[in-house]
Amino acid sequence: MALKRNVGLKGMKYRGGGPMLAWALHRISGLAMVLFVGMHIVASFVMQQFGSDWATNLNIIYESTYFQLIIIFLVYFHAINGMRIILLDFWPKLLEYQREATWLQWMLLIPMYGLTAMVMMLIKLGGE
Amino acid sequence: MSSRPAPQIGFSFEYMMWIFTRLSGLAMFLLSFIGFAGAFWLGARMYLTNNSFVDIGALARWTFFPNPNHVVNTNIPDVAVGWANAWWQIMQITILFLGTTHGMNGLRVVIEDYIDRSWLRTLLRGLIFLLWIFVMLFGIYVIQAS
Repeated sequence: MALKRNVGLKGMKYRGGGPMLAWALHRISGLAMVLFVGMHIVASFVMQQFGSDWATNLNIIYESTYFQLIIIFLVYFHAINGMRIILLDFWPKLLEYQREATWLQWMLLIPMYGLTAMVMMLIKLGGE
Repeated sequence: MSSRPAPQIGFSFEYMMWIFTRLSGLAMFLLSFIGFAGAFWLGARMYLTNNSFVDIGALARWTFFPNPNHVVNTNIPDVAVGWANAWWQIMQITILFLGTTHGMNGLRVVIEDYIDRSWLRTLLRGLIFLLWIFVMLFGIYVIQAS
């Protein structure tokens, strides 16, 4: 417990601005991925070893296009935002431009995600 | 905009996890590029020749966890041929370790931001540690048995 870091519930309050939104989304997407990957691993284990119905059904849900659209958004966001955090942490001089970095991050994310989602929907609607 | 300060450099748990989070993030970028390239190398590009797109969902599953049994009906060909060898098993175990540790540490950081009672913190820390062991063991079993 080297760090004193009790943000408390006050920390959840939206203070405005892109960086705060990115911070909140980074947490939410990270927790969502922990939940998803953890359940997916356990479900895969159960499916592989016992072939039970609930695990198979859970994995079928995970495979559906709409679920994948959500997961891919979370992964892309977490990856790009994490890259921004790493860069700014390792070169603290760049922290001055963190607002611009946040804009740049969305400028990368929106076309990347849009293209991926478009191709996925084309496959889904094109029917193989 | 002030958020949590970075921990002091040293051999403390907080600093180790802080640096691990960043390095494992970078490493997962690298591993996913290798998995992505491997999927194309082992035949995912065939889809491009059929006037059709690559199945991005299947590609992403191969990218992050290249396991022959990962999905029930993947559309990437050459499933059992190229992927079931030691190289990809090592890749899977590495990405499983990095991803699980990164994620569980993130869960710990988020929880400890909102909880200040020390006994509850210790209890939750222990529970997260058990969860980490549990998920790692299940994941390694799935890799080895498939």
